Amino acid sequence: MAQQDISQHRFTDGKPNLRRFHQAKWDEPIIFELSCEGQRGVLVPEVEGEIRKEVGDALATLPESMRRNQPPRLPELAQPQVVRHYMRLSQENLGADLNVEIGQGTCTMKYSPKINDQLAAHPKLAELHPLQDEETVQGILEIMYRFEQMLKEISGMDRFSLQPAAGSAAIYANVSMMRAYHESRGQAAQRDEIITTIFSHPSNAACAQTAGFKVITLYPDEDGYPDLEALKAAISERTAGLMITNPEDTGIFNPRIEEFVRVVHEAGGLCAYDQANANGVLGITRAREAGFDLCHFNLHKTFSSPHGCGGPGAGASGVTEELARFLPLPTVECDGERYYLDYDRPDSVGKLRPFYGYAPVILRAYAWVMSLGAEGLREAAEIAVLNNNYLLKKMREIPGVSAPYAKGKRRIEQVRYSWEELAQETGVCSEEIGVRAADFGVHYWTSHHPFVVPEPVTLEPTESFSRDDLDEYVAIMAHVAEEARTDPELVKSAPHNSTIHTIDHAPLDDPSQWAMTWRAYLKKVGRR
Amino acid sequence: MDQPTVYPYIPNSAPAVKRQMLDEVGAASADDFYEDVPEELRLRRKMDLPEPFLSEYGLKRHVESILAKNKTTGEYLSFLGAGCYQHHVPAVCDEINRRAEFLTAYAGEPYDDHGRFQALFEYASMMGELLNMDVVNVPTYDGFQAAATSLRMACRLTGRREVLLARTISADLLSKIRDYCKRSSEIKLIGYDSATGQLDLDVLEAAISDRTAAVYFENPSYLGLIETQGEEIARIAHERGAVCVVGADPVSLGVLTPPADYGAAHGADIVCGDIQPLGMRVQFGGGQAGYIATRDEEKYVMEYPSRLFGLAPTRVPGEYGFGDVAYERTSFAIREEGKEWVGTAAALWGITAGVYLALMGPQGMAEIGETIMARSRYAMLKLDGIAGVTAPVFRSPHFKEFVVNFHTGKSVAEINRDLLARGIFGGKDLTAEFPELGNSALYCVTEVHTKEDIDRLVDALKEVV
Repeated sequence: MAQQDISQHRFTDGKPNLRRFHQAKWDEPIIFELSCEGQRGVLVPEVEGEIRKEVGDALATLPESMRRNQPPRLPELAQPQVVRHYMRLSQENLGADLNVEIGQGTCTMKYSPKINDQLAAHPKLAELHPLQDEETVQGILEIMYRFEQMLKEISGMDRFSLQPAAGSAAIYANVSMMRAYHESRGQAAQRDEIITTIFSHPSNAACAQTAGFKVITLYPDEDGYPDLEALKAAISERTAGLMITNPEDTGIFNPRIEEFVRVVHEAGGLCAYDQANANGVLGITRAREAGFDLCHFNLHKTFSSPHGCGGPGAGASGVTEELARFLPLPTVECDGERYYLDYDRPDSVGKLRPFYGYAPVILRAYAWVMSLGAEGLREAAEIAVLNNNYLLKKMREIPGVSAPYAKGKRRIEQVRYSWEELAQETGVCSEEIGVRAADFGVHYWTSHHPFVVPEPVTLEPTESFSRDDLDEYVAIMAHVAEEARTDPELVKSAPHNSTIHTIDHAPLDDPSQWAMTWRAYLKKVGRR
Repeated sequence: MDQPTVYPYIPNSAPAVKRQMLDEVGAASADDFYEDVPEELRLRRKMDLPEPFLSEYGLKRHVESILAKNKTTGEYLSFLGAGCYQHHVPAVCDEINRRAEFLTAYAGEPYDDHGRFQALFEYASMMGELLNMDVVNVPTYDGFQAAATSLRMACRLTGRREVLLARTISADLLSKIRDYCKRSSEIKLIGYDSATGQLDLDVLEAAISDRTAAVYFENPSYLGLIETQGEEIARIAHERGAVCVVGADPVSLGVLTPPADYGAAHGADIVCGDIQPLGMRVQFGGGQAGYIATRDEEKYVMEYPSRLFGLAPTRVPGEYGFGDVAYERTSFAIREEGKEWVGTAAALWGITAGVYLALMGPQGMAEIGETIMARSRYAMLKLDGIAGVTAPVFRSPHFKEFVVNFHTGKSVAEINRDLLARGIFGGKDLTAEFPELGNSALYCVTEVHTKEDIDRLVDALKEVV
């Protein structure tokens, strides 16, 4: 008997069928429920007898009030059970290595090369203490110094700090430096307003507020571009600066960006460029040419370091020579032979985090640039943009979806689509489409709040995804849209193939029910 | 003719598919996509970057050749701490945080990334047991950020501006707080008793007023001593309606009283710190991550900027679901109207710290605390026996770190240079940071330091000082 042609059943009209996905479902207990009295997961090195003899009861030095009298009620597990528990939880998590990760627009979910992970875990970095003598850390200082030189060329700015802990921390660093600049000119009290746009990341507004500024948010003009007239109306002698993304989260590049910068400069303000969306413009256009005073990159986005379920990432803040004296402490310098940390910077905003930045993330970012070079970086940008425009064309072929604004224009790195038409036709909203998409093994994200684009979804395909990957994602979107028409309840009752089913969100906003820890939960259900 | 480079990380850099996709979207070249970028903003030259190592092997050789210039705590005997600690990292911690499902995931919803939500909920739950508090956040960037945010939470809670900080905190943390609280708070430092290092309660009583939002101290302090007046400090703060904020090293809490339990009444109201000691390698400072913990009171919960993951039922009985608690307080939801901001922080280190606490359990945490106290006590006794050396400088109980004073005429920098020549990283030089302590350094001894290691330090110092 001939072998059955299994593969023929995987295609319809020459196109691959949708994946019959089901997320791992271990129905895993909370770790406290796995506890068994007396079990141990790892043992602590024993104190030598000689030390015991010399020291006696080390805890006897503690006054009674400082001696813990009730042991913490931590779970007690043997090592295999700890490993199995966390392996199961890991399987119930859809990392970027597993899915066509284009549904988290603005996050620049690109492939994180494995060799870079190996290098970041190298003992020559992992076992390096940040306060060692400079002579013993020349390697990592060289990496940081060299990476700063690269960022200077990529952005055109004059100096960088790699200290900020992530993108928003770099945004904050930039606001803090803007504040220091105005203080140095005796204008801090007067210049108390920061202007941003609604399609710039919310952290621009939030960090400005945190640093003590009043925030003015500009809405787009009819075509979706930042509104120059609105900027002119907002600008005044109170303007401390502008914090803006370009391309914005709609994927639209603001062609008048130079004029925005000029208007702010003429009013005495500074301009900070949020380059979270830099991936599509690497080697194409830079902060310097547009006249910015500050900018920042997210090394875990544009520069490929993995996202770690929400960090650690790393931010890099770049400034012009005029603002370099305000950079966080310390900077990394080179005297031609050796690398060193420079703390002698009296105008600095000071320390923004312990030590000097997330070294393993910086190392990965350096390795990523060194694997591509100038041509490769530009190729990454161009392919990311090609992928995005390919996706745009395919998405527009799905009835019910649109790409608001900038009609007939290309987009840069991402697009904020709208399912408004489909929602009006079927009653199925964007969030519900996203939950149903999870049934096919992909992430999906709507938009930051407020939803200026109705029923939004933001897709950013980066350079890491193949044409087949993009086609698969579009096929999932088309399928779910069709389901919304033929069987809306199926979509609304999703997920069906996930680890869990629809969550009741009410307890999460009710102080009498919410539980951020197991102990709080046990108290609220009357078991502790 | 040169073939175009095909990049392994960029699938559509293969010429055929690239051409087909350009044709599909009606573009002659990628240049067409940048029509909105004005000519004067275009970089019409190749960026001036180093030549790449296109092969993975070449890249590996290149990066390793630079890293080879480092000398590590694995190769040298290190007594450095001061906020970044060399503890044993159980192999399981590395195994779990290198799992690609965790390492490469980002901000998925509970239906995609249930495992991340559960792992972080469990992390918070185990920290809650260690701290004896009911609310713990998804980690913020680091202990500095946790302290600075805790102080701003206190200012918002009280509607007051003044914060009183123990003078024994590190200069770097003070610098961070001065920047972060510049527009929200006035900062005053409270001195310490020169003999014991304990907070000077008379100075605190004189300084505190109805304008005080928070009193902040650390336990153990940056200088390693254990503050034994937690109950009194909390009482003084509470009598004036101020919030008592305590920074605590979580690895000490198997043996030390958690700050929430100072005294019979409420002790600390907000506890914060860095979880790097719980399973993160030193990584040149790359293992830092911050925690903030409070009681489960709505007014406290609503002041957190961070994400808080809570347990919730699903429509299937017995199924655990998770989601964001009180999301509407965050900058994700309401931009500048939210509390400070939230963004990518240090979630993977939170998951790792959870693994660490699950492995250690109550017995492991008690043992490691006791072991660290025994080993550091042994080191203090031995160092103090060297002529011209005093250890510890402060007459107080210590945990893990202690100040060593050298009075032989040789500076700490010189001593550390000579120790380095003997393969030892001496303690952090405190002469600029705490000039009142004279020629002193901050030494750190943990469970990784054997008797032999400590004796080696003592022998070296006998020669060097």
